[in-house]
Amino acid sequence: MAAPLSNHRSEAAFEDFKLPLLRDGAMAEATRCLFCHDAPCIKACPTAIDIPQFIRKIASDNVHGAAKTIFESNILGMSCARVCPVEVLCVGACVYNDTEQPPIAIGKLQRYATDRAYDESWKFFSAGPNSGKRVALIGGGPASLAAAHELRRLGHACTILEKRATLGGLNTTGVAPYKMRADRSISEVEWVLSIGGIEVRTNVTVGEQITLAQLERDFDAVFIGVGLGADTMLGIPGETLGNVHGAVEWIERMKLRAVDLSDVRRAVIIGGGNTALDAAREVRGLGVPRVTMVYRGRREVMSGYAHEFAAAANEGVEVEWQAAATALRNAREGTLRVGTVSCTRLDDGRRAIAGSAFELDADLVLVAIGQAKLSALFDGFEGITLDHGRIRTDTDGRTGRARWYAGGDCQNGGVEVVNAAAEGKAAARGIDADFRRGGAR
Amino acid sequence: MIDLTTNTAGIVSPNPFWLASAPPANSGLQIQRAFEAGWGGAVWKTLGVPIQNVSSRFAGHTIHGVQGAGFTNIELITDRSLEVNLKEIAETKRLFPRNPIIVSLMVETESAWREIIAQSIDAGADGIELNFGCPHGMCERGMGSAVGQEPAVNERITAWAKKYSTVPVLVKLTPNVSDIVPHGLAAKRGGADGVSLINTIKSIIAVDIDRFVPEPRVGNRSSNGGYCGAAVKPIALHMVAALARDSRFGLPISGIGGVTNWRDAVEFLVLGASTVQVCTEVMLRGYGIVEDMIDGLARYLETHGCHSVSEIVGKAIPAYSEWGDLDLNYETVAKINADACIGCQLCVVACHDGAHQCIHPQEGTRVPRVDESECVGCNLCQIVCPVSHCIEMVQVQNGHTPATWNQHITTGATLRPKKGAH
Ligand SMILES: Cc1cc2nc3c(=O)[nH]c(=O)nc-3n(C[C@H](O)[C@H](O)[C@H](O)COP(=O)(O)OP(=O)(O)OC[C@H]3O[C@@H](n4cnc5c(N)ncnc54)[C@H](O)[C@@H]3O)c2cc1C
Ligand SMILES: Cc1cc2nc3c(=O)[nH]c(=O)nc-3n(C[C@H](O)[C@H](O)[C@H](O)COP(=O)(O)O)c2cc1C
Ligand code: SF4
Repeated sequence: MAAPLSNHRSEAAFEDFKLPLLRDGAMAEATRCLFCHDAPCIKACPTAIDIPQFIRKIASDNVHGAAKTIFESNILGMSCARVCPVEVLCVGACVYNDTEQPPIAIGKLQRYATDRAYDESWKFFSAGPNSGKRVALIGGGPASLAAAHELRRLGHACTILEKRATLGGLNTTGVAPYKMRADRSISEVEWVLSIGGIEVRTNVTVGEQITLAQLERDFDAVFIGVGLGADTMLGIPGETLGNVHGAVEWIERMKLRAVDLSDVRRAVIIGGGNTALDAAREVRGLGVPRVTMVYRGRREVMSGYAHEFAAAANEGVEVEWQAAATALRNAREGTLRVGTVSCTRLDDGRRAIAGSAFELDADLVLVAIGQAKLSALFDGFEGITLDHGRIRTDTDGRTGRARWYAGGDCQNGGVEVVNAAAEGKAAARGIDADFRRGGAR
Repeated sequence: MIDLTTNTAGIVSPNPFWLASAPPANSGLQIQRAFEAGWGGAVWKTLGVPIQNVSSRFAGHTIHGVQGAGFTNIELITDRSLEVNLKEIAETKRLFPRNPIIVSLMVETESAWREIIAQSIDAGADGIELNFGCPHGMCERGMGSAVGQEPAVNERITAWAKKYSTVPVLVKLTPNVSDIVPHGLAAKRGGADGVSLINTIKSIIAVDIDRFVPEPRVGNRSSNGGYCGAAVKPIALHMVAALARDSRFGLPISGIGGVTNWRDAVEFLVLGASTVQVCTEVMLRGYGIVEDMIDGLARYLETHGCHSVSEIVGKAIPAYSEWGDLDLNYETVAKINADACIGCQLCVVACHDGAHQCIHPQEGTRVPRVDESECVGCNLCQIVCPVSHCIEMVQVQNGHTPATWNQHITTGATLRPKKGAH
């Protein structure tokens, strides 16, 4: 079983960035929903939750029914309500965006219903009749959890193999604590596991403690939900100095343990994606006076969401646009801790501009330029083919190897929790269909 | 799983939600889609001699920004041929044998009633509904509410229908009467198996004040229409309850008028209806609304420890009494929860201008104070308060034995001293 979380976690300092709705607010907001036909919000949700229907149920005070509608489509509806970038998904598609009125706060309404379901321990699902089939799931993140839940509803036994001590994947170790803290992700894990019949083996790294061949032998099907790998580093001098970390690795530490930032006057975050923005806001939120992002492009091309950038800027995060770090140097001769970041300006073609070098003081440097793909695990494992490090599958998660399926970040290259939830569920359906067709032994 | 099966006058339905006889039940394909979506039954759009409608025929009533809070129409019965309707009834019954189809009818002569009833039953009708309710157009031709407003005519036509029908007969009553009970009793004397109510309320929904023409405007004039939708629920609830509690009545009731969700439906059920019919909310939001109605009702029954709909039918009727039987010594006062109060002071102005001047602003805080010695417990402050559970009406243990007005005048029971009457 999964290990309990530490009680001393730096993430505990964060409050929810978006406040929950109470009943009056939820009813008022739900009543505003137009109950659109062929609703654009549903199409914008990767798990296709029937959003107008669950909102109408909130409006009639049928919160139980609302929660059921949500979980029926997406068993991870509670975390998605908190962590989904709704501004670019459902809320962004709301027809109210074409008026002068604000779009419906779908994420908050979803949270209202799903939190109530957790608080009142409503039970909506039970396992299907035992099929006698056994499925192994590699990794215990959102993709595998969604897949396992659906597999259980269809009656197949599940075993999750997770290399970490806890389940939830990046929902536990990665998402910004002002959206959701790790303990909430662990509640979700328990919510999913409560369907019963999902065996959990933590601290088991597939490829080390157990081989792919063993899984193939012992199970009727295998789902790969390993996510992405370690932070990609820059490969510039000084990256091994103290207080230089990959952002995802640092975020995990901050979420699950305590980090000491008391003597950090300035942090430099390298990158312009959502992980960089998260890291910047987190460091800033933990009290570091100056936080500067160094990003190669202009603001318009930044891959981080505009709404996330606006929030970061609002919290005082600074950015050096069109700049690249060229070297990290220690503070003083003889210390092993980072002290400055040497940078250069870039032109629109991202080429260094001669003579534009500048330096930033930094007591902490976080590198957020991407995560490696975990594909090495499948080197030489026939049938599982990669496309830019992503495992290739069909829309039901089938890889090129019979009885092997994949979904989530390792398959889509790294998107959102909700995509992992959708793909995990789709793969479960694919596995079930293949079992029924006799495609597995 | 809760069983939502209902039985209204022998018409069995998988759930109590029926489409009312109106545009959403105008054709076979529509009703088939409705059954697909989960509707239990449907009352077919009234058949008779096909009419011709005016083009502009509906208007909405926006109340405090809520569009369609009330609704009106000046359309008549079906404009489609009888043959087509009958063919579609048969086809729909074939595809959905478990969902009752009640055919609404409106014709003039006894022979016309006999013929159309026979044709409807041949087509597969599970019940007949006599439309004695339409308050515009048809009544000018001596049908609809012209029948429903005359108990003797109502009774006579009901008796014809009963004579010729082999399936249950429901009489759909008009609300455009001063007291519904004599009309329900007339239907009963005529032999009706049950009643449906209400049809629409005679009304002028709005006036185009620039053109000086009522709505809905047909060129440069309009006519009174039939009011319906969420706004009419209170009137409908009263009429349903008035019949349900009358010991002389005792027939099954299909409740209609302003049902928008499962909560509204439960209100009709506990006041004595065994099914509900919906028109306007379907017109505004489509058949999909039934999903929440079914789910919400099932959840409601489950949380109230019930296993079937029939357990709640009429459950609030014993508590619906005459004013003279209310306890005049029952006393409540308003209590403001200071932690929840947002300081809008709507209650202050409501009490000062519209009630008994006993909620007062206080120095140094926006939270007002209730002078409980003056508060008559009228509920107005709670009604205007925008925060639910901020103002609570709390019962005062005043030591007086319960005493109603009727007890006071018949047996001299002692009433507590009046509050706020100075
Ligand atoms: C910093 C950060 C912030 C993010 N914030 C958001 C957000 O706010 N909203 C949002 O929707 N998405 C966010 N995401 C993306 C989101 O977290 C991922 O898309 C999602 O978690 C992918 O789910 P997954 O199950 O595919 O992979 P993961 O969540 O990565 O889970 C994979 C699991 O597999 C385990 N594993 C890996 N290899 C092995 C092995 N060999 N053997 C056994 N176990 C193994 C890992 O330990 C991990 O638990 C964020 C990502 C990052 C990095
Ligand atoms: C446009 C429209 C047409 C209607 N046509 C009929 C009809 O043909 N026969 C009938 O019995 N009632 C008719 N009604 C009345 C409805 O069946 C129903 O009794 C009334 O609208 C109240 O229900 P509601 O508040 O759910 O709309 C009509 C109502 C509307 C709005
Ligand atoms: S609702 Fe349909 S029939 Fe009515 S006016 Fe609009 S388009 Fe025409």
